[in-house]
Amino acid sequence: MLMQFLDVIYEPWPWYVAGPLIAGIMFLLIYFGKEFGMSSTMRTMCSVAGAGKIADFFRFDWKKERWNLLVVLGAIVGGYVSANFLTKTPGVDISAATSESLEKMGFAGKAESFLPPEIFGMEAISSPKGLAILITGGFLVGFGSRYAGGCTSGHAISGLSNLQWPSLQASLGFFAGGLIMTHFILPYLF
Amino acid sequence: MKYIKFILVGLIFGIVLAKAEIISWYRIYEMFHFQSFHMYGIIGSAAGIGIIMMQAIKASGLRDSEGEEIVVPPKERSSVRYWLGGTIFGLGWALSGACPGPMYVLLGYGHLGILIVIAGALLGTLTYGMLRKHLPH
Repeated sequence: MLMQFLDVIYEPWPWYVAGPLIAGIMFLLIYFGKEFGMSSTMRTMCSVAGAGKIADFFRFDWKKERWNLLVVLGAIVGGYVSANFLTKTPGVDISAATSESLEKMGFAGKAESFLPPEIFGMEAISSPKGLAILITGGFLVGFGSRYAGGCTSGHAISGLSNLQWPSLQASLGFFAGGLIMTHFILPYLF
Repeated sequence: MKYIKFILVGLIFGIVLAKAEIISWYRIYEMFHFQSFHMYGIIGSAAGIGIIMMQAIKASGLRDSEGEEIVVPPKERSSVRYWLGGTIFGLGWALSGACPGPMYVLLGYGHLGILIVIAGALLGTLTYGMLRKHLPH
């Protein structure tokens, strides 16, 4: 019985396990008097590093946000634990159609790790183009999430749970941007 | 316990994101190609359960662990910032394959290349903070 349970843990978890667990995490944070939102930690980090000297936006009492940096710390440890103790075979079982789309772009059709070597591999990140892609990707996420006032966790999950109209707008924006990148920009980058 | 509970919540969060492959660039790519139900199922079920949960919290008058009333601060009424900021975010999400939560988890997973993406995200956050007054909201 225990062995069967362990086998299931080692396998990738299905959506109907992950979705409810994420809702549970949001509940815990609300119950602790906080909120579920990851991108705001980037604002806090800028503030801790002294960005308040150059922009008002970072002049707030970041000590009140320390709890969220602890969530970040836990998430990093969670990644480490998953990689080293909860996974037997790396790689992602992508659909046949996705494999075909990847090959059309010149990528390997098999996902042997969580991240494609064509973007995150040593060779890619040590080229100016590869470096620019990663910095730009991160920049757009950081800039866009603060502009929109939240990311996937804050808008698409917390905000929609609260039936907040702004969060629906933001989530549709996330999706529009994602579709534009995936279909009209990504194929021309590689 | 005051602080440890947040590390524990983060730990569970990190494990769920990694084990359900939400941190994989491939899963995001697949989602934007409508080639798998996986990510839709995760976001949809989390938000769906979230809606019921929030209604139940309101109806029951549940208080938080400090005994305070649970209030969700309303979001600013505006459109430009959500559509525009959201779209910019989406462009970056599909390019790097990671939103902020997964960036941290990938770091712990051992994918150190994500540090470049995190540096970019911090730079983007800083730039927003500096330009905020000049942007339409």
